[in-house]
Amino acid sequence: MDGKERIAHRVAQELKEGYVVNLGIGLPTLVPRFLPKDVHITLQSENGFLGMGALDGEPRPGEVNAGGQPCGLVPGAAVFDSVTSFALIRGGHVDVTVLGGLQVDEDGNLANWMVPGKMIPGMGGAMDLLAGAKKVIVAMEHCTKTGEPRLLERCDLPLTAKGRVSLVVTELAVFGISHGEFVLRELAPGVDLETLRRKTGARFLISESLCEMEAAL
Amino acid sequence: MNKLMDWDDVGPLFRDGMSIMVGGFFAVGTPGGIVSLLARQGTRELTLIGNDTASPTTGVGPLISSGQVSKVIVSHIGTNPVTGRKMMDGEMEVELVPQGTLAERIRCGGSGLGGVLTPTGVGTVVEEGKTKLAVGGREYLLELPLRADVAILKASKADRAGNLVYERAARNFNPVMAFAADLVIAEVDELVETGSIDPDEVMTPAALVDRIVVSRKEA
Repeated sequence: MDGKERIAHRVAQELKEGYVVNLGIGLPTLVPRFLPKDVHITLQSENGFLGMGALDGEPRPGEVNAGGQPCGLVPGAAVFDSVTSFALIRGGHVDVTVLGGLQVDEDGNLANWMVPGKMIPGMGGAMDLLAGAKKVIVAMEHCTKTGEPRLLERCDLPLTAKGRVSLVVTELAVFGISHGEFVLRELAPGVDLETLRRKTGARFLISESLCEMEAAL
Repeated sequence: MNKLMDWDDVGPLFRDGMSIMVGGFFAVGTPGGIVSLLARQGTRELTLIGNDTASPTTGVGPLISSGQVSKVIVSHIGTNPVTGRKMMDGEMEVELVPQGTLAERIRCGGSGLGGVLTPTGVGTVVEEGKTKLAVGGREYLLELPLRADVAILKASKADRAGNLVYERAARNFNPVMAFAADLVIAEVDELVETGSIDPDEVMTPAALVDRIVVSRKEA
């Protein structure tokens, strides 16, 4: 299992029976394949679905996910317009959103939509998901490609939302965020605290119930 | 009233400098025939309002590639590098709006509301220049209505009266845009007789639709 799969595997354990879940593009889309067999969730898609599923057979007109890729609809799915879709999102009807991140800081701020000076893709639905989902999980690699920490005291990239992130899952560790502090909850096997501190750009508390990351599987 | 048009009569409905709402999400639910017509007749200085700018060759992309668009109001441009380049070079204005806020601004524009209070964007660059209000201890941004001169929609089916039915994710922004423009044109795959769509299944009521044009079958 590579780092991204390890992250997706761990995030999947946070999803409970009956949850309505919206997954961001990229890494978060790996999460459903690691869902425990006895857990059934409903996937919400910004472009107008509750009950999105994997493509089953030939692609059908209009059955695409929010990234434009062909998808399927599960029995009992519902289709709706963008106003309804974002009423679901902002209105607290989505239990969990899992989003990728560029930076997260100890106040639960997330930056994931633009890097000044580079091509700006636009925020799409990310700001609404952050503002309205009951729980926001950020699933990202612990450091950038050049080894810079992504968990920081203060994000220096433009924010996507302020104070909405409560859990961060990386390939090295799981952190909760509460009262302006990162709290280390789980550490991946083979990772020591010293290494984690070196790769993390903020101080963190250590949970009394600290455990090994895979132990939760 | 006959709303059904020949393609030859659609072109003259558009003028340079118009604002146009365009249904669609990465080209799914975008009226491709009308976009092609606009590209052919070269209508210029357009302001486009929609979810995204698709790709250089899909959705509204061709209008951007050909330089016919002076401004877009959208939530996402990441799939169209031409939009990004024109934005960086200052050739085209790009107003980025969170997707849910875009939907609500259009809803306001079409339903007689003076604006909406949303938590989306609080504490980000989106709040710059906007009125902030606290309600029940939470901060909200006042987002203002959006309207356009024309809305161009894509439906899978219309009856002759103009009642519309959309297919799957092609619905997206189409129904709300039908409320928010002075002229509403629906491009449809299939035209049926009035009365053959069950009233319970109508997604956009005929009273909102001014013109209907039937998609040409692809060769």
